[in-house]
Amino acid sequence: MSLINYSSREINCKVVYYGCGLCGKTTNIKYIYGKVAPEAKGKLISLATELDRTLFFDFMPLDLGSIKGFKTRFHLYTVPGQVFYNASRKLILKGVDGVVFVADSQVERLEANVESLANLQENLAEHGFNIETIPFVIQYNKRDLPNIASVEELRAQLNKWNVPEFEAVASSGIGVFETLKAVAKMVLKNLG
Amino acid sequence: MPENVNVFEDDFWAINEKLNQLLKSTNALSVLLIDKAGQLITTAGDISQLDTTSFASLSAADFAATSQLAMLVGEKEFATLFHQGEKQNIYVASIEARVMLAVIFDQRTTLGLVRVRVKQTVAELEKLFQNIFAKLEGAPSGQPAESAFGTDFASEAESELDNLFK
Repeated sequence: MSLINYSSREINCKVVYYGCGLCGKTTNIKYIYGKVAPEAKGKLISLATELDRTLFFDFMPLDLGSIKGFKTRFHLYTVPGQVFYNASRKLILKGVDGVVFVADSQVERLEANVESLANLQENLAEHGFNIETIPFVIQYNKRDLPNIASVEELRAQLNKWNVPEFEAVASSGIGVFETLKAVAKMVLKNLG
Repeated sequence: MPENVNVFEDDFWAINEKLNQLLKSTNALSVLLIDKAGQLITTAGDISQLDTTSFASLSAADFAATSQLAMLVGEKEFATLFHQGEKQNIYVASIEARVMLAVIFDQRTTLGLVRVRVKQTVAELEKLFQNIFAKLEGAPSGQPAESAFGTDFASEAESELDNLFK
């Protein structure tokens, strides 16, 4: 959960990007990192394999500035998407304040999305969180590709909670900030 | 929420005092207190050369991964971790399941001394954190933050978000 330090007047919140392998979680974070002003961000840490597949996590701190005298900072994490890294995924969800589920819109990845979402629910439950109550948004990524499922189809399969959803092309930044902004607002609303 | 760590003024100074005592008694370079979700709570000593945000995130991940290793061999967790470098070393100890203490030290002290002093400090900090957690659990509807933030917190937060992503 968020860390609120009343003495140094700081609030730290943790947002995790979740989703199946190669759905674009790291691409989201890298885009944000590239666009945010230098004074608002810390170092981007990627624990990845030589082929750029996330091995443990990517991490980026994002300073929001001062809100009512509290220095507010988001810690953005991605999980490794590949199925066999579940132990790592579970660890990263520890203390999470908000979740972005990145779905790969391609028709052939539909099953992988469904599986990953079920895995998210399961891992959240193990930490005592409920997907219905935690700040949670869904991003339908890769909308620029030719073989994609319709948003209605994706919604029917993935968004039964009717949470905020966004279409995105993370590689060119479309929908990336909208997604982050939505989850960040939900997290802060939960605090105040 | 079970993993919430909110630190209030009095507790904060009490914790800082313990960390400074530890720093002096071990002659270490710096001491960091980190929650297991990877967020820095407070530090003592010289951290001017250290990226503390990254340090906190990575050491929490390190600790979490090692705890899973512990379970694989039938242990609940490894209560301490030690990383040895050419010049600097890191010693990490778990406090009350939710928090950890990291000590960075060099050749001006020894692992043995750090280990002994950390053990004492962990015992003292455990008591402090038990009180903090008891306070949080006793707080009405688990929302001690409410009064401090006021009602317009959410709207001010929203406008900051808008500014950031302009």
